[in-house]
Formats: sequence, structure tokens, C-alpha cells
Amino acid sequence: MNYAGDVAALLRKDLLLELRAKETLPAMAIFVLAALTVFHFALPSGSSDLAADGLLWIAILFTALLGLSRAFVAEREQGVLDGLVMSPCDRSAIWLAKSLSALTFLVLVEAIALPAFSVFFAPVSLTTVAAVALADVGLCTVGTLLAAMAVASRTRELLLPLLFLPLALPIVVGGVGASVTANGGRYLGFLLVYDLVFAIICWASFEYVVAE
Amino acid sequence: MIHARGLSRRFGRKRVLDGVDLDLPESGFLLVTGPNGSGKTTLLRLCAGLLVPTGGSLEIAADRGEIGFLGHDPLVYRGLTALENLELYGRLYRVPERRERSGMLLERFGLWEVRNDRVASYSRGMIQRLSLCRALLHEPRLLLLDEPFNALDTAGAELLQRELAERRGATVVATHDPDRVSRLATARLAFA
Repeated sequence: MNYAGDVAALLRKDLLLELRAKETLPAMAIFVLAALTVFHFALPSGSSDLAADGLLWIAILFTALLGLSRAFVAEREQGVLDGLVMSPCDRSAIWLAKSLSALTFLVLVEAIALPAFSVFFAPVSLTTVAAVALADVGLCTVGTLLAAMAVASRTRELLLPLLFLPLALPIVVGGVGASVTANGGRYLGFLLVYDLVFAIICWASFEYVVAE
Repeated sequence: MIHARGLSRRFGRKRVLDGVDLDLPESGFLLVTGPNGSGKTTLLRLCAGLLVPTGGSLEIAADRGEIGFLGHDPLVYRGLTALENLELYGRLYRVPERRERSGMLLERFGLWEVRNDRVASYSRGMIQRLSLCRALLHEPRLLLLDEPFNALDTAGAELLQRELAERRGATVVATHDPDRVSRLATARLAFA
């Protein structure tokens, strides 16, 4: 009960901070729309929908990275992470709340991005929507852990993409596979396994990431 | 409460603390003095569990959550109000009746009138007062204060002195202004 309450309190705090500051969500929304617009003009006319599907995943990946790079900004600026880490709450609650807030922002941005993609390129299939939902979970769980690691570094802006992109590669493979193949179920299963495995790893290892 | 033998801490090749011995009983008050860069902050962060010693031994007879820490950073969210910050910390630090306790501290530290203002609008001194409220919120058995008089006006400094005088439990204060708390000190540690 305490654990769920801690996660809820931390999540509420993140949403409240974003609601007031409006720093992350608008930036992510503008970025993904700008990226899709650029892709629309960059892709030669007559290109296949398969190529466009690939570009959708690039846009999602880098939009997620943009959001994750700001995930611990509030904690870093005032040293708040020390206060959270010293509290008796389970430290994984900090990770879970931060992952859920990152997931919320990403899903909200995708609620704009997917219709925009349909306008610019081709309608989005239900399989793609399912793949995006599963990919979001993986991107946010892994990305939040890596963002917590990077925040302690002086080269955090450089470190996060370097750590995040290789680990996000299986998500892109699964997402693109689900979007472009006739039998996307296999790739959805792959994304589900990735989510489960990495969620458990991140949940269990966050304690050690925030300890010195 | 604190038992250290040969406590050392390096950052890369730089040795910041070297062979510190320290004993502080349950109700002791340790005054730590020394010039900038002498290791005062490092000692407090080691005691808070935020750093790990690279040499020697350190035993703290307080669990996580029983330690109150005031460092150089205020450890409060600028985008939240004072009340929201204390509400969050009260929740995470398992403070019973946290609303009442938060209100009492805000009142005592002169922040009640601005409790619903965002911390971003506070002066440095007000943030320091709020930071003290945060550190004291869960009535810690071990209180670690790093330069607590920084940015406080005369009234704020006197308030803190009274708070420390009334406090039960172990206290460690690192300061460049030892006169303010020297009469409370039961032990002293002076870094060169």
C-alpha cells in the first residue's frame, strides 16, 4: 500500500510540475510534428508506405529521447534526488513513477503524432498502434533508468543518447517489424518480452543506479 | 550514533578526508569547522549515506529515513509550493499527521503566509528556511546541517539556534560561523 502510495505521490508531483512549467510536453509535440513534416518533404513522392513506417519509428524514438533527457531535470537542479534517495521509500518507486510520467508524456504526444502521420503519409494500422503502445513501455522503462544514470554525469546530454540508442534498437526492430509485415503478431510478442525483461531488470537495478 | 575509525574519502586521486576518527552519542552535538575544501561537506554526505567511504569504517546507528540532511542544495522542487514540497516529503518519510507537522514548521519558520506560493518565487533565505523545515519534518534521530546559517537573516538564524537548542537526538553542524552554536556543542572537529 505504501509502495503504490509513494508511486502515486511521485507521479502526481511530476505531472503537476509539467502542468505548471509546460517545458517537456510542448517541446516533444513540436519536435515530432516538425520531424514528420521534414520526413514528408524528404521522402520522394512515390515512395512506399514501408519507408514511411520506418520514419514514424525514427520520429517516435527521438521524441522519446527528447522527453527522457528532461526526465530528471527538476531533481538535478535542486539536488532533490538526494532527498528522495535518503527517504525510507523503496527506491524503485522513484523509477516507476518517473517511467509512468515519461510514458504519459509520450502517449499524449503520440495522440497528436499518429493522426499527423496518417495525414502526411498513410493510415496507421491497429497493429502499428499496438506496437507503438508496447514500444512506449520499453522506451520509458529503459530510458528512465539510463536518464537516472546520466543525470549524475557532467556529460549527461551526450551520455543518454549513447546509452539509450543501442538498447532501444530491439524496440525499433520489433516496432518496424510489426508495422511492415503481414504477420505482426510475432513482433508484438517480441516487444512484450522486451518490455517484461527490461522492466524487471530496471526495477531491480535502480536501487544501485542511484546509490553511489 | 556515529562511530568512525580512519574514515577516508578520495575523489579520483584527490584525498578529501583522511583518517578521521569520530564518536557521537545519541544526543551529542558535533560542531565541524574548517576552511573551504577541507572535507566538511564530504563528511556530512558520508554520514547521510550519499557517499561511500573509500577507506576506514563508518557506522551510523540510524536507518535511512531517520536522518535529516541540509546540504548546499535545498532539495526542494522550485515548481511546487512549500506545502506541496513538505507534503511529498512527509509522505515519503512516513511522517504521521504530516499536514499538521508541515503547518507547524511553516508557521514556526515564518513561511505560513507564503505556503501556497511556488518555491521559485522565494528568496534565497526563504528557500533555506523551507529547506530546514524539510530536514526537520520527520523529527530525525540524526540531523546533519551543512552551513545552515547561509542566507538566513538575523531572525532566521536565531530561530534555527532555538530549534537546535530544543532538539533531542544527535546533531552535526558544519559551519564557518561556529559562534552561533558553539555553546550547544558537545564535540568538535576542526579540519585544517
